[in-house]
Amino acid sequence: MTVIDVKKDPEALSLAISSRFEAPPQRVWRIWADPRQLERWWGPPTYPATVVDHDLAPGGSVTYFMTGPEGDKHYGWWRVRTVDVPHRLEFEDGFADDSGRPNLDLPTTIVRVQLTADGESATVMTIESTFPSSEAMEQMVSMGMVEGMSEALGQIEALLAGAPA
Amino acid sequence: MVVDQGPVEHADRLFHALADATRREIVALTLTGEHSVSELARRFPMSFAAVQKHVAVLEGAGLVTKRRQGREQRVRGNADALREVHRLLDELAALWRGRIDRMAAILAEPDPFDSDPSDSDMAGSDRAGSDTASSDTADGRPADNERADGEERRA
Repeated sequence: MTVIDVKKDPEALSLAISSRFEAPPQRVWRIWADPRQLERWWGPPTYPATVVDHDLAPGGSVTYFMTGPEGDKHYGWWRVRTVDVPHRLEFEDGFADDSGRPNLDLPTTIVRVQLTADGESATVMTIESTFPSSEAMEQMVSMGMVEGMSEALGQIEALLAGAPA
Repeated sequence: MVVDQGPVEHADRLFHALADATRREIVALTLTGEHSVSELARRFPMSFAAVQKHVAVLEGAGLVTKRRQGREQRVRGNADALREVHRLLDELAALWRGRIDRMAAILAEPDPFDSDPSDSDMAGSDRAGSDTASSDTADGRPADNERADGEERRA
């Protein structure tokens, strides 16, 4: 299994999920730093992401949209807070209107990514998602439900079945 | 997003109720045993009315139930509602698990940027470790084919 630990903190409205990859931190970093790789995993297969802008520097921003099965587009953005290549990335994750402009009426989430080398050629990645408010949680839950309902599940299961234990 | 309003509104009440430290403590106390509102009021540096208000918010979110016994209002935590919070966090974990599984699939492929010098610019100038430099070149391979492959997938 790739995911090695999931910590839920219901009181802090936060989730920390750790996973281990057979690749060094520099390589794992690139799935965040390369927009073409990022858009292959950010959205579920039924809502693939297209990255528009990608400036992974403190104060920089990433903008993207996800395209649904009906051609519906859902825009989102990151505001980058901390970058420490290839170990730490912290950004605010928010929603945008149909023209891609940040919609600040909608809530945001803070995502902290930490990559730690595990031996010579493996990485432990910890992602901590913190929800500053119940509204933010509500939004993320709705996205979780989209993921849960999509046929992505079948594909994930297929992936897991084919993956070495 | 495609979502049923009901559960989301319920989730909102749940998280709003748990966003306050006093209310979280009241839930914790009443999960292990029934307490009257006046008992609870004695434990917190606030008025009976203030505690009563917190209990009302928790009751509205379904996190506690209240019953009258004589002149007292007895409050009991609802373990099912807390399980609901856990279930919602599980949904979020599922979102990230999906992403992590897709990351793993990408990482199992050859890295399209392995031999691309422009990548080091993008990754930042303060790249510190020499620990990673060796592995970059060790499994370096032509970048062009991989990049074309990536574009295809995207389309």
